[in-house]
Amino acid sequence: MHELAITQHVLDITLNHAEGRRVTDIYLVVGQLSSYVDDSVQFFWDFISKGTPAEAARLHFRREPALLGCHGCGGSAPLTKDFTCPNCGSEAVTIESGEEFYIEAIEIEMEEVST
Amino acid sequence: MTTKRIAVVENVLSANDRLAEDNRRLLDSARVFALNIMASPGAGKTSLIEQTVQRLAAELRVGVIEGDLATSIDAERAEAAGAVSVQINTGGNCHLEAPMVRDALAQLPLNEMDLLIIENVGNLVCPAGWKLGTHLNVLVASVPEGADKPYKYPSMYNDVDILVVNKIDLLPYVTFDMDFFKRGVEILNPGVTTFPLSCRTGEGLDAWLNWLKTSVADFRSTR
Ligand SMILES: Nc1nc2c(ncn2[C@@H]2O[C@H](COP(=O)(O)OP(=O)(O)O)[C@@H](O)[C@H]2O)c(=O)[nH]1
Ligand SMILES: [Mg+2]
Ligand SMILES: [Zn+2]
Repeated sequence: MHELAITQHVLDITLNHAEGRRVTDIYLVVGQLSSYVDDSVQFFWDFISKGTPAEAARLHFRREPALLGCHGCGGSAPLTKDFTCPNCGSEAVTIESGEEFYIEAIEIEMEEVST
Repeated sequence: MTTKRIAVVENVLSANDRLAEDNRRLLDSARVFALNIMASPGAGKTSLIEQTVQRLAAELRVGVIEGDLATSIDAERAEAAGAVSVQINTGGNCHLEAPMVRDALAQLPLNEMDLLIIENVGNLVCPAGWKLGTHLNVLVASVPEGADKPYKYPSMYNDVDILVVNKIDLLPYVTFDMDFFKRGVEILNPGVTTFPLSCRTGEGLDAWLNWLKTSVADFRSTR
């Protein structure tokens, strides 16, 4: 379990990009082949973000399955348990994606500008 | 209050990556070739380090950073084999991170070393993705673990430069479908250099040692 370390990294990057403004939401992209994180990150988040401009922000995870590319049928599909193509059964597959692990965007509060 | 979405697109582990690059520069300037050895507990990381240090002691000066276990048993085994070693107290952490390695490097006589071997925490999930600054990531698989491990732990098999398959002396006694294993490895990590060997009988060790000696010599000749 290294959720605490991950959470600290997420906080550092968020505060850096927020430049003092209040953060309401954080959007993360986590590929199936990247460093493992589970939902306990939100628990650690509530704890370590206290007193920062990102306190109580909501964490959103977009989990990306690893994709296999099939040389048999030319298709693309989520990685199966035995690494065969779910469309044609071919064993001639390669991994196409699944290593993502990044903060895609954050949502910050804006001062109301009166016109 | 209105909100605005701002794009970030920054790797979560970017701070660790930057520290790993600092470690790499330090190793490069001291001309020390470095390996990060990862595996499940009991696969034979310490055994491989012992064998490697013992058999190369006459030719290479080896340093070892021990991250596995909270005790110093593995560090003592590495010292007994002839290496200088440093024990990292991971405080129960599930993997090593670049800052821990930076602190350990400060305690090693880098200018009197040719090779650094880091034994990561025994875990097939967590160490993946945390760069340490080593030149190569080595995964030690072992026969009794079973042939399905690439399929179950794809992030680890996907990420390594070198694969050691240890305990091949046990092949006659346990069920291990080598073809199934190799197929999973090949899909995740096409063409990865693989060394089947036994730390117990010594079978296959020469290929690993010769490869390692050549790698160290090539590295040092270009620095
Ligand atoms: N049969 C057999 N046992 C081995 C071999 N290599 C290591 N072992 C045993 O496996 C156990 C775990 O080894 P160790 O090096 O401590 O694993 P680590 O936890 O990955 O560092 C020990 O009892 C070793 O003696 C091998 O090639 N063959
Ligand atoms: Mg060990
Ligand atoms: Zn197909």
